[in-house]
Amino acid sequence: MATYSTNEFKGGLKIMLDNDPYNIIENEFVKPGKGQAFNRVKVRNLKNGRVIERTFKSGESVEAADVMETEMQYLFSDGSSYTFMHPETFEQYIADEAATESAAKWLKEQDVCVVTLWNDVPLSVAPPNFVELKIVETDPGLRGDTSGGGGKPATLETGAVVRVPLFVQEDEVIKVDTRTEEYVSRVKT
Amino acid sequence: MARARLLRTVRQFFQRRKVLEVETPSLYPYTNPEPVIDSFECITDNINPRTYYLQTSPEFAMKRLLANGSGAIFQICKAYRKSESGRWHNPEFTMLEWYQPGYTLQQLMEEIESLLIKVIPADRIQKNTEYLTYQSVFTDKVGIDPMQASISEFKDIAVQLGFPEAVSICQHQRNAWLDFLFSHQVQANLPRNCIVFVYHYPACQAALARLHPEHPQLAERVEVFIDGVELGNGYRELTDVVQQRQRFESQQQERRQLDMPVPELDEMFLGALQAGLPDCSGMAIGLDRVLMSMYNREHIDHVLAFPLSRQ
Repeated sequence: MATYSTNEFKGGLKIMLDNDPYNIIENEFVKPGKGQAFNRVKVRNLKNGRVIERTFKSGESVEAADVMETEMQYLFSDGSSYTFMHPETFEQYIADEAATESAAKWLKEQDVCVVTLWNDVPLSVAPPNFVELKIVETDPGLRGDTSGGGGKPATLETGAVVRVPLFVQEDEVIKVDTRTEEYVSRVKT
Repeated sequence: MARARLLRTVRQFFQRRKVLEVETPSLYPYTNPEPVIDSFECITDNINPRTYYLQTSPEFAMKRLLANGSGAIFQICKAYRKSESGRWHNPEFTMLEWYQPGYTLQQLMEEIESLLIKVIPADRIQKNTEYLTYQSVFTDKVGIDPMQASISEFKDIAVQLGFPEAVSICQHQRNAWLDFLFSHQVQANLPRNCIVFVYHYPACQAALARLHPEHPQLAERVEVFIDGVELGNGYRELTDVVQQRQRFESQQQERRQLDMPVPELDEMFLGALQAGLPDCSGMAIGLDRVLMSMYNREHIDHVLAFPLSRQ
């Protein structure tokens, strides 16, 4: 079992706490001049995203979480689970709904995503930062309108809904930033 | 520039008060045996090898000067503490330490206040200085009396305050409980935008302070904070050689139990106490943290030319 000592703590380190994998966000060394030393860390639970604070006695060892981030290609979904493939080993990994919760609405077959594996099981899936998706439904816009102004909702082929400028039409392909969930541009097809 | 200006102001401050600047060795054959202080060891390479320590503070050597009749003295020097590294710590740091024969703890606090008001910009010290006893501020912020509370009361309050992990960290060690709750709950909630003195620590946290003559459960020790950050630590100094030796021996014992290296006692320092250390008060202030406070810096690395973590 791999362990980390508190003096190896830094942002990004993956550790086990109460049987869940966590990512260290911040580590602060706390020591009264004439007192005991502690490490106060802010950590994110990699299963549910919750952030908590926790103190360790300095010098203590903590179990490392076997967590790895790997780029994988999204293959298909059967509705409740999502199958990904490692581009080099061609090994397939099945992610459940919990792991794909926030990514699912952006996933298009063949896209390359970052899959976080914990003990070799997908824990979470991050969609590409930018995706190109076809609009399947939106109100017809007004002729001559420019990209300024309010915009309108558009439903994309994966089911995601984003606001687009009024001049963008059904069947057009658009580029979306998945981090902000915002329209970026039209894509010529 | 900022550091040079601070050092100049500090030197002027003590010069005006007729406090003599001194220098004592950084490399010293003895070190502080307190288990919470970790010293760098250096071994000389001659035929007769022996261990020296990089000073964790110049306290023992300066007290030897005081016992020799130096009168009021101050020193600005590097101090070293192993395995202390983080936002507020660099293993090598700059310490200002001074001693005033005849000063009470109250007089010492007033002097510290005058010094800090001189160096820290007025917008960081908007309110009057607060003088809080350890017992009152702990009781106020934690909700239990640090002098009276039992270990199980410490446990209950830690869980209530959202620190359940403290139970396994501190276990049955009273000092660990006090350190944990003070650093996590009291420091974080100290008054801001002013100088804060916390004084009269419990006797079990006396370090090198004398015990209060009328209330021996209290130590005449003070710490100074700005915005919850500890800047320094001071004492009405313990001058009783018998008590000092007992404290050292129990610290050595504690180190043995924890399987830590056990440094020999500084008999030259104990000899100085035996010969007679004048009644005095002394203070140590971390000047890097003072700079952080003066210039509102988030990390000690921002006030150091070449911080260890970046080398």
